[in-house]
Amino acid sequence: MHHNGVEDEEKWLAAGITGLQQNAFFMHRALDSNNLKDALKYSAQMLSELRTSRLSPQKYYELYMRAFDELRKLEIFFKEETKRGCSIVELYELVQHAGNILPRLYLLCTVGSVYIKSKEAPAKDILKDLVEMCRGIQHPLRGLFLRSYLSQVSRDKLPDLGSEYEGDAETVSDAVEFVLQNFTEMNKLWVRMQHQGPAREKEKREKERSELRDLVGKNLHVLSQIEGVDLDMYRETVLTRVLEQVVNCKDEIAQCYLMDCIIQVFPDEYHLQTLETLLGAFPQLQPSVDIKTVLSRLMDRLSNYAASSAEVLPEFFQVEAFVKLSNAIGKVIEAQDDMPVIGVVTLYSSLLTFTLQVHPDRLDFVDQILGACVTKLSGKGKLEDSKSRKQVVALLSAPLQKYNDIDIALKLSNYPHVMEYLDNGTKKEMASVIIQSIMKNKTLISNSEKVEALFELIKGLIKDLEGNLQSELDEEDFHEEQNSVARLIQMLHNDDPEEMLKIICTVKKHILAGGPKRLPFTVPPLIFNALKLIRRLQNRDENVAEEDTPATPKKIFQILNQIIEALSSVPVPEVAMRLYLQCAEAADDSDLEPVAYEFFTQAYLLYEEEISDSKAQVTAIHLIIGTLQRMHVFGVENRDTLTHKATGYSAKLLKKPDQCRAVYACSHLFWVDDQDSIKDGERVLLCLKRALRIANAAQQMANATRGSGGSVTLFIEILNKYLYFFEKGVTQITVASVQSLIELITNEMQGENATPDPTADAFFASTLRFIQFQKDKGGAVGEKYEAIKV
Amino acid sequence: MNYILGAFKPACHISITFSDGKSRKQVPLKKENGQTVMVPLFQSQENISGKISIEPVSGKKVEHNGIKVELLGQIEMYFDRNNFYDFTSLVRELDVPGEIYERKTYPFEFSTVEMPYETYNGVNVRLRYILKVTISRGYAGSIVEYQDFVVRNYGPPPSINNSIKMEVGIEDCLHIEFEYNKSKYHLKDVIIGKIYFLLVRIKIKNMDLEIRRRESTGSGANTHVETETLAKFELMDGAPVRGESIPIRLFLSPYELTPTYRNINNKFSVKYYLNLVLVDEEDRRYFKQQEITMFRLGETS
Repeated sequence: MHHNGVEDEEKWLAAGITGLQQNAFFMHRALDSNNLKDALKYSAQMLSELRTSRLSPQKYYELYMRAFDELRKLEIFFKEETKRGCSIVELYELVQHAGNILPRLYLLCTVGSVYIKSKEAPAKDILKDLVEMCRGIQHPLRGLFLRSYLSQVSRDKLPDLGSEYEGDAETVSDAVEFVLQNFTEMNKLWVRMQHQGPAREKEKREKERSELRDLVGKNLHVLSQIEGVDLDMYRETVLTRVLEQVVNCKDEIAQCYLMDCIIQVFPDEYHLQTLETLLGAFPQLQPSVDIKTVLSRLMDRLSNYAASSAEVLPEFFQVEAFVKLSNAIGKVIEAQDDMPVIGVVTLYSSLLTFTLQVHPDRLDFVDQILGACVTKLSGKGKLEDSKSRKQVVALLSAPLQKYNDIDIALKLSNYPHVMEYLDNGTKKEMASVIIQSIMKNKTLISNSEKVEALFELIKGLIKDLEGNLQSELDEEDFHEEQNSVARLIQMLHNDDPEEMLKIICTVKKHILAGGPKRLPFTVPPLIFNALKLIRRLQNRDENVAEEDTPATPKKIFQILNQIIEALSSVPVPEVAMRLYLQCAEAADDSDLEPVAYEFFTQAYLLYEEEISDSKAQVTAIHLIIGTLQRMHVFGVENRDTLTHKATGYSAKLLKKPDQCRAVYACSHLFWVDDQDSIKDGERVLLCLKRALRIANAAQQMANATRGSGGSVTLFIEILNKYLYFFEKGVTQITVASVQSLIELITNEMQGENATPDPTADAFFASTLRFIQFQKDKGGAVGEKYEAIKV
Repeated sequence: MNYILGAFKPACHISITFSDGKSRKQVPLKKENGQTVMVPLFQSQENISGKISIEPVSGKKVEHNGIKVELLGQIEMYFDRNNFYDFTSLVRELDVPGEIYERKTYPFEFSTVEMPYETYNGVNVRLRYILKVTISRGYAGSIVEYQDFVVRNYGPPPSINNSIKMEVGIEDCLHIEFEYNKSKYHLKDVIIGKIYFLLVRIKIKNMDLEIRRRESTGSGANTHVETETLAKFELMDGAPVRGESIPIRLFLSPYELTPTYRNINNKFSVKYYLNLVLVDEEDRRYFKQQEITMFRLGETS
């Protein structure tokens, strides 16, 4: 059915165009032969095509545009006709003889245009006559187009100030009056469309109406272009009359569109100076009007205006724009009882933007807005729809963006209250926004109260919120979130150690409540931040640290221990162990042997009890060895215990090559350059020999299982260790032992069972090159190496 | 009789000329055969004078029993053909019985002729003025020649000319108030007015203003009434709502109107009406007719 409708319409349009063109052809002929009578006859017939009721606005527009073009030619003809001696007054009468009203009025407007140009009568009189006569068209679509034509031909002929058609003292009023009247009539026609035709076509009608809205809005644009309209006239006449029409028409579509039009076409300073009047209209609009959007756009405009130049700001203060807007919003919300939450939030959000722009110094305004928002949200529960949540996020983000400083948000007492109305997901989103703001602006959060408040704000990220048991959250997103929290924790800083400690404690309190999933992300940054503090304390003059101050490294280490312990619940033993080792090293720097020992103990325990994966063990053992090697705080006994354990662990690794590598790494535990107490060549040799044995065993195993010789890489690695200690002057490492190892490797590589291994070949070759290089160096080193035969 | 005359060649040629023929205004007049000719225009109380010349056809003599010229004002009813009512009949004898051999010219004059009625060409009735020249002959039949002329009488604007204002309607359906600025219009006048919609509960499609002429002829049981719509002028397109007022501006000059004639010689009347017609979407017509008086305004005033 509908499809046919479209096809029929095409046909009707085509027929209309044909009819129009035919008559236009005869009209042209009449114009060419200066035949006025025929020109009038055919032009009227041509215009009769516009009398159709069958076309939709879009198609009708097509037809109208064609007629419009033809009328331009006719207008030129009329002008020439008057030059040839035909009186314009006579012409003006002549066209009115047409029997059909629509063609008659199109012709009248066309001649009227020439009449005004002739200046034989005041423009205002002619315009008044035209706009009055157009009342004859009560059909909405035809009326709108006719009046649109009138508006079009009269635009440049208004008796505006400075125009060549300027009239007496009241000239601007006359121009305004004309446009206002045309506007009013057009709007009435436009609104009337809504009430005509069957109810089931409401949607179609509304669509058609929206296609026509610019015809109506154009009048407001014309009004805004009238030079002579100053603020007073705008206030007294233009705005009052336009608003009167808008309010009285009681039509949702018109009100919504026209209010927006008013806001968009007239200058900002006028809006500012007539704010009360303009805002006064809003509560009078139909309840279904989307006031929030319109009002928001007004505030956005004013915000932009305020941003345009600092010079305009006094205007805002003078008219108390904030108070007025704030009141207006209150009234609108009150008047529209069932306004959805999204509307309320959007309004406050725009007001907030406005306030931030105009009154950046008035935090109380900001808080006031948030407070009002809270009042409106209270009793409504969490926000259900995503749009309003988005708006709340926008609302809360605005101050952050403006001030670039989370500090400000933390000062706003209502800020967290607003957040309460967000669901968990959105809370998290908001929290991310806050963190990003801090990151971007490198905001310093410098005391524990602020940290407390901040963590309260971002608690969506810090802990599982009630009713959010299911973790449907994407793993990747979760990591992203928690990483941002981690970055935030890193950024907390205060130069005063006491305060810093408080901050650490506060963070600790929050993150420990965060549940096992978060701890692996949140604990490490806190530990490192705390270690930073410890390092600062170390650098301080020792004497300053008094007993009664809480911020001593010792105390901090205690706290750290607790924090790391929390990780056991996760469990992430690898992470925990690394952290223990980090702390141990820090304790080493602070000369706190018992503390360091305790951390090592914890690390070992984890190794023994929790780290069971062989690969993880390998990594862990190397970490342990590396850390232990650097420790200097330990006494012989403690060190022995720890070293012994470490070597023990090494030998118990699952895979032979891993064993071998761990064992030769242990050799370093017995020879530390800068510690005279740790120079035990015997045990170094022992470790290396043991490593050799294991390498041998590995070789044999490979032979047994795969029938080919395993890699000689392990031997070459051990050779490198030999060379290291040889060079360090460990007497137990002799030339002979080095020499025999080289031979062993050479044999292995040339043996029958040897599998070609280019990597090992290269490794070995470069090792030998190194020896040669050291020889060539000469001096003590060269001498030492000289004995080794390659 | 005229028919038979036409079958023969006339014995002579008669021409009638008016003394101020060249300067006098000529107006179109529709003849019985449908052709339009230009004829001189007079008004009441004017002198009608001129010359009548009779020219026998080449060398023939015209024998007659006397020649006269008559000025006749006739009312002719179409349904009653050949029945003329002469409301004016003036005679001037031009010649005593005799013979005419060659072209002979007679001056004539009817001074300050009372011509109270205007020339009128209606549907059922015609009012005409003619000069009739008769050359009376015995057995051969008279030779007759006619010359039409038109009479129009001008009046001053009426001293009282009230507007027409009226509220009409159909209960609970349509209430309108209309106003025409005058009740008496001259022929080149403009009707100005407006229609105010007080209540609209029907779907109006459009509204026209018609000028209707009502010509009634005869009297009593024999009265014939003929109504013609002379103008159909669209005032409004589309459906108005309550409170709308629609302007009226109708120029009368394009239409062929006459003054209102009331009971002309007890034979006929011509009256004019403005008919306001509203048409709804089902093409039902709602109308209200109001008589207006038409008059002829002096050209100079």
